[in-house]
Amino acid sequence: MKELKSWLLAENPDSRKQATLGRSYLGWLRFYHNPLAMIGFVIVVMLLLMALFAPLIAPEGITSGLTGDELKLNRFLPPSAEHWFGTDGQANDVFSRIVMGSRITLLIIGIVIFTAPVLGFVIGTVSGYFGGWVDAVLMRITDVFLAFPKLVLALALAAALGRGLESAIFAIAITSWPAYARLARAETLTVRNTDYLAAAKLQGANHWRLISGHIMPLCLSSLIVRVTLDMAGIILTAAGLGFLGLGAQPPTPEWGAMIAEGRDYILSYWWLATFPGLAIFIVALGFNFLGDGLRDVLDPKSGGQN
Amino acid sequence: MIIESQHKSAIELDNLSIHFGSDESLVKAVDQVSFNVPEQQSFGLVGESGSGKSTILRALAGLNQHNDGNMFVEGEALQSKRDKAFYKKVQMVFQDPYASLHPRHTIDKILAEPLAIHGFKDSERRIAQVMEQVALPSKFRFRYPHQLSGGQRQRVAIARALILEPKILLLDEPTSALDVSIQAEILNLLNRLREELSLTYLLVSHDLAVVSYMCEQVAVMQHGKLVELLQVNSKGETHAKHPYTIQLNLASKGYDRKVIEEFIDHE
Repeated sequence: MKELKSWLLAENPDSRKQATLGRSYLGWLRFYHNPLAMIGFVIVVMLLLMALFAPLIAPEGITSGLTGDELKLNRFLPPSAEHWFGTDGQANDVFSRIVMGSRITLLIIGIVIFTAPVLGFVIGTVSGYFGGWVDAVLMRITDVFLAFPKLVLALALAAALGRGLESAIFAIAITSWPAYARLARAETLTVRNTDYLAAAKLQGANHWRLISGHIMPLCLSSLIVRVTLDMAGIILTAAGLGFLGLGAQPPTPEWGAMIAEGRDYILSYWWLATFPGLAIFIVALGFNFLGDGLRDVLDPKSGGQN
Repeated sequence: MIIESQHKSAIELDNLSIHFGSDESLVKAVDQVSFNVPEQQSFGLVGESGSGKSTILRALAGLNQHNDGNMFVEGEALQSKRDKAFYKKVQMVFQDPYASLHPRHTIDKILAEPLAIHGFKDSERRIAQVMEQVALPSKFRFRYPHQLSGGQRQRVAIARALILEPKILLLDEPTSALDVSIQAEILNLLNRLREELSLTYLLVSHDLAVVSYMCEQVAVMQHGKLVELLQVNSKGETHAKHPYTIQLNLASKGYDRKVIEEFIDHE
């Protein structure tokens, strides 16, 4: 262990791999010593584990499958040793549904992460790098999307595409890329006239190499931070769409949809809306903490280069 | 056009003019400048800030558009779009080594990239060789620029310029961002490299002392115009006649109350 540490922290690495790993390790050390970031990290890791092992953790399925008298006896049970978070109107175990619902939350996050920021990143860097009419065209398109309130546009899209989780995810992705494009463009503008880009041009590097090899790595860290901080908002938007009935449809255990179901009984059966709400709150908080920590580690303006 | 029998010219500028802006806000950064840099010579370009010397260098490198006149490298007229062959022939070292190295790339990556662009196969050998040429210890190879001192960074920048084995180096005030003690080291390194690799230098500086140490010929620029062309003799002396050059010469000797009082404002 000690040998590994000194290998990672070597002043003069012997190989490309060692240099990269050493740099990552230094970043990890800074991250590790940030308590809030670690709390966020732990929450996100627990969410991942929960989603991964959901069928093992959840004591019951998404639906109870009970009918008739059994259903009547088992529904709206308050939290107890048997049903930690109580049961809902269909006698489903709320705890199991929340555990299973973590998969849906992660699915939404996963798909949005690999679409909106990627699209925005490419559009922003290309726009900032080329400038001129390319910039004008791309940024006007971005402006059009930014001109609509995010949630209203997502609502309209989800309504137009039909109810369902897929259209909710699509609506979120379509409405969230312009912010990333703006961010990436602004970052690109700060580096496009630097000497190291001029030097790379003088070595004969083509546009694609300059954008992907030189500009993108510099803009990536602020994008990652921004995406992590936006994760909370994305979860909330997805929950909001679910709550309004435009996202996941029952009996899908999407947390927002679960709150919507529990809304009617909030005064008599408080646990129906409270526990999914707590789940959303904790996960959103976790991503915010993680994002703050990542900003400290990755942001070159706050010493990330050292 | 000057035809020299012994030396072919490496760089030739023919009535080069560069201006920025248009109409009322037109700024003539370079105004009808012509000179000739013979092969394997070192040619200095001096002048105060804003005299257009760096603009000429960047125009040669293809980083600025030139507006009028012609530029030739080894007899070939430069087109507005440079090809890969040009970059193998002409390379540039920038003024500030803190700004000219990519902060997220290791020295290894910085040196390997030009080789990858031009499709060289033996990159391992070339990187080791060029690091030796600029006297960079091999232990620095996988460090990041921020782990190096200013002088070491400038050596990396020089190594990056040399790795494609160019014949012409454009040097944009290569020492002005460095400590005085490091400046001499870098200048000596550049002199040694020129000898070893038979390079042609076009050196831009505001310091006449640096230029007369490095160069055989010096062009003095003021307000975008070339005011005087000087030969540097073996003692490193120039015989300037133009009042601006004389003043520049005095200025390079350091601060002196008497000198400052005698200054003429050439505005």
